Amino acid sequence: MRTILAAAMVTSVSALSSERSAPPRRVALFVTCLVDLFRPAVAFAAVKLLEEAGCTVEVPPLQVCCGQPAYNSGDRATTRAIAQQVIETFEGFEAVVVPSGSCGGMLSHHYPTLFEDDAVMKAKAESLAGRSYELMSFLVDVLGVRTVSAHYDGAVTYHDSCSGLRELGVKGQPRQLLASVQGLRLREMKTPEVCCGFGGTFCVKYPEISNAMVSEKAADIAATGADTVLAGDLGCLMNMAGKLQREGSPIQVRHVAEVLADMGDIAPIGEAERGRPEGKR
Amino acid sequence: MQSTAHDFKENVGTALADPNLQDSLAKLKVGFSERRRQAAERLPEFEALRDRARDIKNHALANLDFYLEEFERKVTALGGHVHWAPTAADARQIIGDLCKSAGARTVAKSKSMVAEEIALNEHLEGLGIAPIETDLGEYIIQLRHEPPSHIIAPAVHLTKDQVADTFLEHHAPLGFTKRLTERNDLVAEARYVLRQKFLEADVGLTGANFLVAETGSSMLVTNEGNADLSNTLPRMHIVLASIEKVIPTLEDAAVLLRVLARSATGQESSAYTTLNTGPRRDSDLDGPSQYHVVLLDNGRSSVLGTEMQDMLRCIRCGACMNHCPVYGAIGGHAYGWVYPGPIGAVLTPQLIGVDEAGDLPNASTFCGRCESVCPVRIPLPGLMRHWREREFERHLTPRAVRQGLALWSFLARRPKLYRRVTQVANRMLALFGRADGRYRKLPLAGGWTQFRDFPAPPAGGTFHAQWARHGGARVRP
Repeated sequence: MRTILAAAMVTSVSALSSERSAPPRRVALFVTCLVDLFRPAVAFAAVKLLEEAGCTVEVPPLQVCCGQPAYNSGDRATTRAIAQQVIETFEGFEAVVVPSGSCGGMLSHHYPTLFEDDAVMKAKAESLAGRSYELMSFLVDVLGVRTVSAHYDGAVTYHDSCSGLRELGVKGQPRQLLASVQGLRLREMKTPEVCCGFGGTFCVKYPEISNAMVSEKAADIAATGADTVLAGDLGCLMNMAGKLQREGSPIQVRHVAEVLADMGDIAPIGEAERGRPEGKR
Repeated sequence: MQSTAHDFKENVGTALADPNLQDSLAKLKVGFSERRRQAAERLPEFEALRDRARDIKNHALANLDFYLEEFERKVTALGGHVHWAPTAADARQIIGDLCKSAGARTVAKSKSMVAEEIALNEHLEGLGIAPIETDLGEYIIQLRHEPPSHIIAPAVHLTKDQVADTFLEHHAPLGFTKRLTERNDLVAEARYVLRQKFLEADVGLTGANFLVAETGSSMLVTNEGNADLSNTLPRMHIVLASIEKVIPTLEDAAVLLRVLARSATGQESSAYTTLNTGPRRDSDLDGPSQYHVVLLDNGRSSVLGTEMQDMLRCIRCGACMNHCPVYGAIGGHAYGWVYPGPIGAVLTPQLIGVDEAGDLPNASTFCGRCESVCPVRIPLPGLMRHWREREFERHLTPRAVRQGLALWSFLARRPKLYRRVTQVANRMLALFGRADGRYRKLPLAGGWTQFRDFPAPPAGGTFHAQWARHGGARVRP
């Protein structure tokens, strides 16, 4: 029932899809600037998961950043300019999928609040907000995906990134999909919902506080006995990976989409790639 | 209270290096949030009550002038007096004059954050009047000459051992020469010492959790019963409260009480809930012969009708700080003034100026846990962001941040140029980080690499470069 409703939702927002019973879902991927620059594998994993679920994925080439650095620094004018750019870039897509809770929250919660004085832009922002989804939520809540075909041999723990959890309700979806990964055992942290201390520019503006927070997170991760930590936001993942590695921990850090897309054999975040000779790439 | 909010970063350093504080914070982080969670779970209508609590406070704020005047009318009719204090200095003056008129030598105080806000104790001491804190936590920090570090648990930054040392030092001259180690013994000793002071006090001064307009009552909740002794034994009772504490009816109070204690301590109800309604009547067996209410504005009315108004809904439960990972790392003193944690990060710039307290709304990851537990649903991260916007408009944002932002914004608004620059950055980072897959040091990223390694991207280029190179084909990285 839920699947049918979800499918109906997607169909109803589409002015472009035909009357076929299982229309291809034309989905735009919002890569996010961190994934583009530091971890392309996350976007490839997202494309794979979406295509396996029956979507046609497009990547609009002129996308950049969602504007959070400006928004969270109080620079409203720049945020509006960037939001307008993003809104125009993603016009016409049935759904815009983001492999990040914080960038997803930016599109689906915060953009409409930027244009209270501009009815035309507000309507466009609300249109985009209604079509924007965090990846895990889109797969499970909209497409009705319940299982994936992937294998990952190990004990993993899952960190609930703040915006995904509290703005978008991402909590059960990744866990549900992870439960179908062969060989994977989930070991929960004591406080998986507590912030890792990344916070965008926060982590460099207040490095001592950020360090205290990520140290506590690293200890919570280690206490689970898991050999891998997963999350849905690259910022949090880079923060946790950086701390664990500075502490000399062998725990691997990966984006949840990589494991679900059966790409768990690539080098973890912050680890050198294996099997390729040095300097020859 | 003298603010040190301007020295926030130094305060943070001190707090992180204080082992006793870190010990206390470790307990606080687990205890409060777990108890609140259980209390909320036990009450199926808890979320609906939060909505009602929010609506009650919004209604009261939208009609604040009406309810304050109604409250004054009721208090006056009961034989009490209402005093309007536009500023902290006015409030100090009014209370000082009242105490002098009563010939007071000592004032028994129950916990009041507003009294901290107006620095009342220092003022009374200057007049030769001894203020005596009767809340156990407040009493401990008064002995230690420290400000509160939490709005409902003022001494939460201290360990039991520190309290034992403090009591031994201050109670030994009274004949208590044994260093106590059990919690109950410490409480019993404090109770004995304080009981004498209640009996000697000339004036009792309390805060108020709510002011009820329909009855002219001030309502106070405690777990120690100290407020009840403060307001019934002395001849004069002074209630000091800020204007946003007024609510329409007793029924509204009942709703707010149901979310207050659960959010604060996880209790269904605090041990004592007391209503004070006017001075002693002829038929009463006891109670104060004089009853005064001092209503403090101190900048609050200027928030009404602005994007910041939601901060005035606060009912001072402390849940936001109990759940804040930043508060959990640094404790309350680092915030540098009366109100710590997320609500402090929003209130303090309003009450003492954003020039002084500009760091506070910035020192948040916007994790949103505070908003998710606030009993009156104050959008705390949103309000902090409004402060950041005001700081940015007034050029108070640090120069390095502004410059970095300007450069990033220049690129982000030129997608083609951005693409070229990120491809170069990606290649450089991948090339030099290839041996370890990460950096231990990186230029311009000292704040990061001081404590963490910085993950290097894998070889192969940015996602967009790879995607374009393969014509949108699905390649494995």
